[in-house]
Amino acid sequence: MPKITFIESNGTEQTVEAEIGMTVMEAAVKNMVPGIEAECGGACSCATCHIYVEDAWRKAAGSPDEMEEDMLDFAFDVRETSRLSCQIPITDALDGLVVRIPDKQF
Amino acid sequence: MGPSETSPVSSNPVEPIETDAVIIGAGPVGLFAVFELGLVDIEAHVIDILDKPGGQCAELYPEKPIYDIPGLPIISGQDLTDRLLEQAKPFSPALHFNQRVDQLDRLDDGRFRLTSDIGTQFIAKVVVIAAGGGSFTPKRPPWAGIEDYEGTSVFYSVRRIEDFAGRDILIVGGGDSAIDWVLNLQPVAKSLTLLHRRDKFRAAPDSVNKMHGLVDDGKIMFKLGQIAELKGEGGQLQSAVARGPDGEFQIDCDVMLPFFGLTMKLGPVADWGLNLHENLIPVDTSNFKTSETGIYAIGDINTYPGKLKLILSGFHEAALMANHAQQYIYPDKRYVFQYTTTSSSLHKKLGVK
Repeated sequence: MPKITFIESNGTEQTVEAEIGMTVMEAAVKNMVPGIEAECGGACSCATCHIYVEDAWRKAAGSPDEMEEDMLDFAFDVRETSRLSCQIPITDALDGLVVRIPDKQF
Repeated sequence: MGPSETSPVSSNPVEPIETDAVIIGAGPVGLFAVFELGLVDIEAHVIDILDKPGGQCAELYPEKPIYDIPGLPIISGQDLTDRLLEQAKPFSPALHFNQRVDQLDRLDDGRFRLTSDIGTQFIAKVVVIAAGGGSFTPKRPPWAGIEDYEGTSVFYSVRRIEDFAGRDILIVGGGDSAIDWVLNLQPVAKSLTLLHRRDKFRAAPDSVNKMHGLVDDGKIMFKLGQIAELKGEGGQLQSAVARGPDGEFQIDCDVMLPFFGLTMKLGPVADWGLNLHENLIPVDTSNFKTSETGIYAIGDINTYPGKLKLILSGFHEAALMANHAQQYIYPDKRYVFQYTTTSSSLHKKLGVK
């Protein structure tokens, strides 16, 4: 199973195993990764699963579609590497993915 | 800060609305409760903070399919809402939108008085809390010290446009609320700046065009960026520092309106003297009564051993609640269990010909 590493804003790292087909958000919630709230449950309606994708992984993780960009307007400290983790489905190509969790979700 | 603090005091208070039941929350479970209560001759009024029925179904996922409604293999949040409204129609429920129930008091005669944030009052025999994840409330941006300015310089809603006359206004965000308030406040503002992280807006195209027109005419300023810091003292905002593509810059303002969507908060329910467990309302699963006689809690807002936060659980809870509410309101009425398929009395209520 692909491994995903979440780095909290205080530097704490947690690597979890994720099933293919799950989203990065679901992998975080299932493993109780702090800082991913996912208030709307993955409907791309709340921006509380905001993460930053590490540069090396940006191409593999893809870029946000229009709906996700719109929802990122509701996130805090949005950067070029910002994504909503509920919109990144896990594939074999993402084995080893590293994402950072923002200081705050809204 | 709640909208109540900024709402105008009504000079001629209207008579309270007297009814059998007030349902708090017009989500799927609240709407189905109208139907179940109607079957047992209990008239209901429904109050919701949103401007439309459907609750989370309408606000969070109107277009997304739901797959676990019994008998409906796939249905969108909006379609489910529409069908529940249709189902409740024979009981012509009164729906009150854009209002939050702020106060709940028990009267000497055992009934309840509910007061909304805009002053509407209801007197009801029973109260059904079907408030889901709580009331949808504007998100508070996590900018340091923002709470010091709330209610004096930072507002999440506009109740009276006149309150913003002659002010230097900063509106932050790029959705419909942000753009609508740019258009509505510009005529009265001394100056108005719109700050948004990108040059794209998630708002009605016509409104966005109007906003661009105001920028072109020099009537408002549009800046690209995100807030980094708020500056002011004694609750009075003086400026905001924003970070844009070319670095930091300062925007002078004495009023700021951040529009970053809605989040669900338990809200005033916490102050009504009900037992709570981790922001949920424990209930008796045989009738969905709370710790207070006459007050029921159904749907996502309640908790009990084995609780599943599913719409279908809420439907079941509504049926048992209504059965108990009937016995509570009409203690002398002999209870007869009836099926909608065969009961002529239920057919009459439903308008079946």
